[in-house]
Amino acid sequence: MTARIQVPREARRGDSIEVRIVIQHPMETGFRYDSLGRQTPRNVIHRFECRYGGVEVFRASMGAGIAANPYLRFFVRAEQSGDIECRWVDQENASGYASARVTVNG
Amino acid sequence: MPDGRRPRTLAARGARRRALAALVALFALPRRALAQPIMNPAPGVDARTINTPQGALQSILKGAAMRRGRVRLELPSAAENGHSVPMTVRVDSPMSEADYVRRIDLVSEKNPVPLVASFFLGSHMGRAEVESRVRLNGTQRVTALAELSDGSFWFDAADIVVNESACLDGG
Repeated sequence: MTARIQVPREARRGDSIEVRIVIQHPMETGFRYDSLGRQTPRNVIHRFECRYGGVEVFRASMGAGIAANPYLRFFVRAEQSGDIECRWVDQENASGYASARVTVNG
Repeated sequence: MPDGRRPRTLAARGARRRALAALVALFALPRRALAQPIMNPAPGVDARTINTPQGALQSILKGAAMRRGRVRLELPSAAENGHSVPMTVRVDSPMSEADYVRRIDLVSEKNPVPLVASFFLGSHMGRAEVESRVRLNGTQRVTALAELSDGSFWFDAADIVVNESACLDGG
């Protein structure tokens, strides 16, 4: 699973930094049928989490109501330089990882 | 009975009137009142398995009250299709150690699974704002419910007109 994460490279201590991530995933609802009339099994990224400097800062529990190629935008307060790491897993147990480093000044 | 009608005793007329009144009353009930679950689901029940929006909300609230305010749910007022609708939730919160948003839930009125997503937040975020893109199965009202660190629940609802639903083939 490929993903694109966007985080500012530098931030001032105490500022809220914007984290944006798009993950390539069909978020299969389980309500679709293929050309032979077989139901496509449901497979969505149901769990997403973000850690900053090793501490969990944000977690999402998602269902088929989240659009394909899920996009998330949220904020993290800059405290010290470190990695912003995102991990996710779908219902077929396929997992993904994306990270970005942020340097905190001041 | 020259005209072929049944004998109209007073008692028979009363019974018929009562039956008719009951029937009228049943149809006069708002349809929502009938659709609402009578009992809250047991604690620990996964809201994703509940197929009514009221049930999904109740499984999160667990009997607590929710008030309108502090939360802002931004959705476009209309969408050409429901496959990918931008959605932003903002909560008025200092996001400090003492006062922060614990959780935000999105509940759809018409999706086959009413609980769209749950976001778990904390004081490390600095700002209580989450954006994503959602699927919507038709014109409906979407509710965003936020639980604060003091245990109070706040919500906002937004109405959206969806011309072509998601959940159809190709979605």
